[in-house]
Amino acid sequence: MALLEVKDLQVRVEDREILHGLSLTVNPGEVHAIMGPNGSGKSTLSHVIAGKPGYEVTGGQILFRGEDLLEMAPDERAAKGVFLAFQYPVEIPGVATMNFLRTALNAQRKARGESEYSTPDFLKKVREVSKSLNIPQDMLKRGVNVGFSGGEKKRNEILQMALFEPSLCILDEMDSGLDIDALRIAADGVNALRSPERAMVVITHYQRLLNYIVPDFVHVMAKGSVVKTGGKELALELEGSGYAQFEHAA
Amino acid sequence: MVAVQETVDRVRRIDVDQYRYGFETLIESEKAPKGLSEDIVRFISEKKSEPAWMLEWRLEAYRRWLTMTEPTWARVNYPKIDYQDLYYYAAPKPKKTLSSIDEIDPEILKTYEKLGIPLREVAILEGVEPPPGGEPSEQRRIAVDAVFDSVSVATTFQKELKKAGVIFMPISEAIREHPELVRKYLGSVVPTSDNFFATLNSAVFSDGSFVYVPPGVRCPMELSTYFRINERNTGQFERTLIIADKGSYVSYLEGCTAPQRDENQLHAAVVELVALDDAEIKYSTVQNWYPGNSEGKGGIYNFVTKRGECRGANSKISWTQVETGSAITWKYPSCILRGDHSRGEFYSIAISNGYQQVDSGTKMIHLGKNTSSRIISKGIAAGKSQNTYRGLVTAHRKATGARNYTACDSLLIGDKCGAHTVPYVEAKNSSATFEHEATTSKISEDVLFYCVQRGLSQEEAVGLVVNGFVKDVLQQLPMEFAVEAQKLISISLEGSVG
Amino acid sequence: MNLVLSKTDSGRAVSNVFVKANGRLPGAGSVADIRARAFEAYKRAGLPHRRIEEWKYTDLRVLMHHVLPLAPQPDAAALARARAAVAQAAVEKRAVEGAAKLVLVDGVFSPNLSDIAELGQSVNVRTLREVLDDPANEGRGDLLLTTTTDAVISLNAAMVTDGVVITVTDGTELCRPIQIVHVATTSSASSFTRSHLRLGKGVQAAVVESFVAVEGARNHQANDAVIVSVGEAANLDHLHVMVGGADATNISSGFFVLEASAKLKLFSMNCGGAVSRYQAFITLAGEGSELSANGINLVRDKQHGDTTLIVDHVVPHCTSRANFRAAVDDRGHSVFQGRIIVRPDAQKTDGRMMTRALLLSDEAEADNKPELDICADDVTCGHGAASGALDEALLFYLRARGLSEKEAQALLIQAFLGEAIEEIADRTLREFAILQAERWLGARG
Repeated sequence: MALLEVKDLQVRVEDREILHGLSLTVNPGEVHAIMGPNGSGKSTLSHVIAGKPGYEVTGGQILFRGEDLLEMAPDERAAKGVFLAFQYPVEIPGVATMNFLRTALNAQRKARGESEYSTPDFLKKVREVSKSLNIPQDMLKRGVNVGFSGGEKKRNEILQMALFEPSLCILDEMDSGLDIDALRIAADGVNALRSPERAMVVITHYQRLLNYIVPDFVHVMAKGSVVKTGGKELALELEGSGYAQFEHAA
Repeated sequence: MVAVQETVDRVRRIDVDQYRYGFETLIESEKAPKGLSEDIVRFISEKKSEPAWMLEWRLEAYRRWLTMTEPTWARVNYPKIDYQDLYYYAAPKPKKTLSSIDEIDPEILKTYEKLGIPLREVAILEGVEPPPGGEPSEQRRIAVDAVFDSVSVATTFQKELKKAGVIFMPISEAIREHPELVRKYLGSVVPTSDNFFATLNSAVFSDGSFVYVPPGVRCPMELSTYFRINERNTGQFERTLIIADKGSYVSYLEGCTAPQRDENQLHAAVVELVALDDAEIKYSTVQNWYPGNSEGKGGIYNFVTKRGECRGANSKISWTQVETGSAITWKYPSCILRGDHSRGEFYSIAISNGYQQVDSGTKMIHLGKNTSSRIISKGIAAGKSQNTYRGLVTAHRKATGARNYTACDSLLIGDKCGAHTVPYVEAKNSSATFEHEATTSKISEDVLFYCVQRGLSQEEAVGLVVNGFVKDVLQQLPMEFAVEAQKLISISLEGSVG
Repeated sequence: MNLVLSKTDSGRAVSNVFVKANGRLPGAGSVADIRARAFEAYKRAGLPHRRIEEWKYTDLRVLMHHVLPLAPQPDAAALARARAAVAQAAVEKRAVEGAAKLVLVDGVFSPNLSDIAELGQSVNVRTLREVLDDPANEGRGDLLLTTTTDAVISLNAAMVTDGVVITVTDGTELCRPIQIVHVATTSSASSFTRSHLRLGKGVQAAVVESFVAVEGARNHQANDAVIVSVGEAANLDHLHVMVGGADATNISSGFFVLEASAKLKLFSMNCGGAVSRYQAFITLAGEGSELSANGINLVRDKQHGDTTLIVDHVVPHCTSRANFRAAVDDRGHSVFQGRIIVRPDAQKTDGRMMTRALLLSDEAEADNKPELDICADDVTCGHGAASGALDEALLFYLRARGLSEKEAQALLIQAFLGEAIEEIADRTLREFAILQAERWLGARG
């Protein structure tokens, strides 16, 4: 069974239709890149999959392991294994990162009927993962994302991805605001999480990120739908020719 | 928008009916007849076997009270209280004279157990989780004075405190056993004529706690009083007096609960603190009186006068309060900074939900030289509640070098509640430096979605954000209380918070 | 309590003032009824005192004692003195340059001293007296009504002798400011004035109200009200200036209603008078309207200057900003009270208010009371208040660079006030405000 099936998805924000009949199938173990110009609806797609309020689905379906994702609350989706790495992770003052990680992890485990992590196990796990992502311990004591640099925020997202072990990771513009070194650390973190059970959807404007996270499939979005699908070479092709051809075509 | 709407709906549905301390204890009690008169004042004084001077003090207050009118300036609305329709004295009926805690009515002991307050002298902290980043819990002990309706039923750890020279006992006993201290300090911070409710209290107070810490002594444990209103139609008027003599330190905690009842009950307490040279008093309150039901019926009127005086040089008084209960709260724990270089602090979390009304804040009155004060207030309004911060900071002509920093933040959950900020900032000399800032906002939808995407329910997400919002104040509480307060905050916003 | 207090001597005295003045007050019939009711309302309350929350810091029973008799109708000599004073003000740059003046002498409009003709066709000016006396005008009584229960405004409605009623037609862009000048020529007397300003859609205007006293006019009390409606997408720069009369008392109230997308830049400037209170009530009644309210309050000797600002957000998507500065010298007393109200429907309100007081002497006093009164959840509101002395480190830095103590102080005070003054959009008005502030600084002993 496919992990994620998006079928003919139509989405409105206020009075404007953003996605007009988008389809996408993602199987376990696959890495899909979604590329496209600004305003093509890439981020909308990621938000709708995660269940962000403010979007109206006017047609189509999203199935996750055959279950209707649109019927689930955002936290149910998270517990089922849908993880969105935000383009702009928010700051939550006063809530220590460590506390947040544990609360979220245990909430998900509880929702799945699993036992909560014991404190030593949890601490051990966080320490391991944060070390591999080059996240200093004192960062975990600070408020969630408060005063973090762009790179630190993105690494914090990947830290959560590693801890929560989702089956579907959606990375929304993970490269925005990162310099080349920060990008490499983040991409290494993501690559370490690739596995036959886990699928990834990498949303990006630039081909650059795909040098580090090499996709199995590349989809080009323009004006609210997928206009072309191909292998990783499609990304290189786009680097040369740009998005203009698709914008006219769409 | 959807997510937030959902939260709002949940908050709307919140039943303050989920109050967990709403049970009633069925015990026999002894009450004075309803209503207030000189005879009732005499009755109370006689019950307590008070000396003549104490009765005179009360009668003077009573006569003064007759000439006063109820204050109306606070932003609270309630039907007129019929002061003749209240009981001013209720006490659990003793079966015989008690010689040890084992002889207390087991129903009362059970009540305090249900409330999580051990009256038996055991270490109470096993299994309490330290807050993130907190020190691992050592086995700390707390001495408890339990006040049931109007009388103190038990005070623990008396012996050990005595060894350190600390006096911690019901004020009714202190009046008999330490009249010189009580006479010297009672009413010296909150005069009998201070305000309508304080004057009423002065006339009819039946019990409360008394603390005296001798010079140079650091009180070996936290002192704590738990107040419980049980009887119907009973006003509770406790009186607390804490004196920290030169160079001493004491940390005092206070908790309050009451059963669920349809009618309103009046609680008009007075707390007086005196800190002499180099002394420090830390006073923490977790107030969780019954707030009334989801329709706004019932609940406690919490009309309390709390004031501390930094009488000596370099003294310090710090108030921390977590206010989640009561139908109406009218309360301004204040500091009179009389000693040079003295310091006052006020840290407050006030949460209102349902139909609760809160008008609370502080007064920092700078009189001495180089005095400083700090006010951190966090107000959270949900449901149909009204939440007001009212605070005064004033520096008199001679209070040169006075400094104050105030930050008041309010959070609104839902569009049927109100948050109000009313600061009075008065500088009467040029060397006073005052800074005040306030904000009002709601929980950002982006933050909520972020948390929910990570698997937290709406309620958990709101709880998490609210706890982050109030963190600065929670940190001021002794650790045991901080854990309790954190839970209480979640319960108060229950329906939206896990 | 109020009932008891209204029976005091000052209560009786003011009753006499009203009875004596009655023959001189315009408007018969229904207008007279409104006045009588307003006077009754005033009599019940009496002069505001410290137990009235809105007047907590400005106790008029202490500061004013009582209301003085109405100033007599100005005679030729009074008008001549007023003319000289207006001319002198222009010479001394105490008047806004190039403004079209509308002059009220002792509470009576003076056409000869005014520049009505220069205002052009699109601006209609009538006197309040004229309108109130016009029986054909059925709505004339409304000119005396406001939504507040404030006793000083009731007194104004009861006692008002004159004012101007200005209407500006839709789309007009006024090329010069309108200045309403109040001149006091008599001693130990009071005047009561009320003006209306109605700006049509898309109007661009700058309006100044100022108060001066002629040489030798002592102990004058002025009670003025201005009621302004700013039409849809209109733009008003409004300046209120109290400069004259070291022993004068000035109580001014401004009511502003902003329609959709209207913009109001309000500036209040107090640098004179023994007792002055400027209270502005601003209602953001149309979506997308914007308020920028700023001001400076300069007090010295034993002066008492109070600025009270009530910003009422009634509809969604409005913005308000307020920035007030006070410099307090000698035994002066400055008061700032500000309140941002957000009504239940006014979602997406963005409101900020800041007040700062600079205490220049040991005996100076500054009281600040900035309030938030929020009943909608999706808003961003905040306020701040600060008071303190001049920064010693900055003073020292300037001294080390060769400035005298006085120069260094003046420079810092100027910079401090400048942050509020620079909010005035109209260049002429801004320069006028700078000049007045410099003059106040120059006179520092």
